[in-house]
Amino acid sequence: MPLSDAPAIDPAQAATASAATASPAGADHEVAVQVRGLVKRYDGRAVVDGLDLVARRGAVTAVLGPNGAGKTTTIECCEGLRSPDGGTVRVLGHDPVADARALRPRVGVMLQDGGLPTGVRALELLRHVAAMYAAPRPVDELAERLGLHGFARTTVRRLSGGQRQRVALAAAVIGRPDVVFLDEPSAGMDPQSRRAVWDLVRELRADGVAIVLTTHLMDEAADLADHVHVVDHGRVIASGSVRELTDGAGAGPSSIRVEAAAGLDLTGLRAALPGDWVVGESEAGVYTLTGAVDPAAVAAVTGWLAERGVLARSVTTGSRTLEDVFLDLTGRNLR
Amino acid sequence: MSAPTLRAEPAAAPVLRRIAAQASFETRAILRNGEQLLVTIVLPVLVLFALVRTSFIDLDTHGFSRVDFVTPGVLALAVMSTAFTSQAIATAFDRRNGVLRLMATTPLGRSGLLAGKVLGVLAVEVVQVVVICGVAVALGWRPELGALPAVVGAGLLGTAAFTALALLLAGTLRAEGVLAVANLVLVLLTVGGGVLLPAQQLAGPLSHVAVLLPSGALGEAMRGALLYGAVPPFSVVVLLAWTAALGAGAARLFRWH
Repeated sequence: MPLSDAPAIDPAQAATASAATASPAGADHEVAVQVRGLVKRYDGRAVVDGLDLVARRGAVTAVLGPNGAGKTTTIECCEGLRSPDGGTVRVLGHDPVADARALRPRVGVMLQDGGLPTGVRALELLRHVAAMYAAPRPVDELAERLGLHGFARTTVRRLSGGQRQRVALAAAVIGRPDVVFLDEPSAGMDPQSRRAVWDLVRELRADGVAIVLTTHLMDEAADLADHVHVVDHGRVIASGSVRELTDGAGAGPSSIRVEAAAGLDLTGLRAALPGDWVVGESEAGVYTLTGAVDPAAVAAVTGWLAERGVLARSVTTGSRTLEDVFLDLTGRNLR
Repeated sequence: MSAPTLRAEPAAAPVLRRIAAQASFETRAILRNGEQLLVTIVLPVLVLFALVRTSFIDLDTHGFSRVDFVTPGVLALAVMSTAFTSQAIATAFDRRNGVLRLMATTPLGRSGLLAGKVLGVLAVEVVQVVVICGVAVALGWRPELGALPAVVGAGLLGTAAFTALALLLAGTLRAEGVLAVANLVLVLLTVGGGVLLPAQQLAGPLSHVAVLLPSGALGEAMRGALLYGAVPPFSVVVLLAWTAALGAGAARLFRWH
């Protein structure tokens, strides 16, 4: 396999990427997918506009973004389904379009719309896809893992959305790929199915597979991803591990949540905390205090409660969630 | 940086196995679909029955028995229904549902997918020919077995031209549009395209146009092979020209998304 055309990585980019890769698994986190300056236009409009992305083996890389941000187009360029208008894409050191033949056996794909033929039975389809590979995973073992046996003989047309998604995921991994692209893998799934999918993704990661997934589910990204790229308007606008993104620049927790009696007078609390804190009763009996959390701030809060003779049901320090970060970055307007 | 290591063993199944698997998959999909069976098997058999056993249509059979005269045209219609209508509709919906894109990302690839589809069409045609010939023989058809190579040749030429047309439509129009157009075109060509009846028996200018259509050329080729022992060269030229033109169009215009 010719590997000499594998691109050198920009040192700065490599540093961010490796620092952010949290998974301690044995795989040595070689770069599996490298996208640099990707541009893709539809009818002259740039849907992807200078996007950079790195995904490593033995790691889950999540691509988050609002609808129309360019996630799917980016993934499709990596899958060789679309040709870039600018920039470079390398998967396992290969050009996904020019070297498609070399990559197809090593890359597993789950399309956003499933891409499953509708007239065939679920397991028949999986067996058919398996026939394309020399040494596929055993169909029955994978079907067991993803709970496909319950509807093995049902035609794809009659499956629920979540069942179809599980069949599509099985088809993506049946060939023992080195790289897997999952476009919104758990859309339409019930919580049990989602757990099964997440477990499988974690197992693939432990086996050294590079997993790239797009998702709208913040908890999915937060639970699964070693590295998150937030995409908007065709570019990556933030990148890092979930912790790096939610902590800001290593600033630590940024909020204190107090559950206590409703309707407390907050004047004394505002006076006790530094001036830049934002204090409010977000719902009855739940007080959200936002600012740079430190031991003194926690002491000020508990001191204020003691002074007023109020016993709190809970006092919790916490970070912003990934969803908060995402909304801050991409805006709260519908689009 | 360390170069990405790829596993040494080949991960794809051999190319012929992939294509055979796809061909078998496509064939089963068509033979299991009720609407596809209706247009590919039931329709030609009904037409054969109607033309041989009823006299709604006054046929000038050039001195042949009705079944001898009609069966070649019905075989041509069968080729059209599978290579064109059925394939256009199946491919259009596969395209809309992302099936083409998904299979293109597996080791099958785009060329393997195309090869599998063409072989699937040929397999369905074999089933059609067996059924239609069986019915025709039961109705008194006694073909010359020596005509077989010419019939196969005419069938392959027709399949090539109509599959190219099917892919051109399926790769450029919306699935619902293809559904309508593919059925409508089949009806129009059956009635006025010189498939079932020789073009010169059609009314007015149609008789001149139909010989230039792929339907008329395929019908003439089948009749030539089975009635006169030779495929007319003009029909061969017409079918090859349509295949080249439609194939080039499909190759240029086919959209996978």
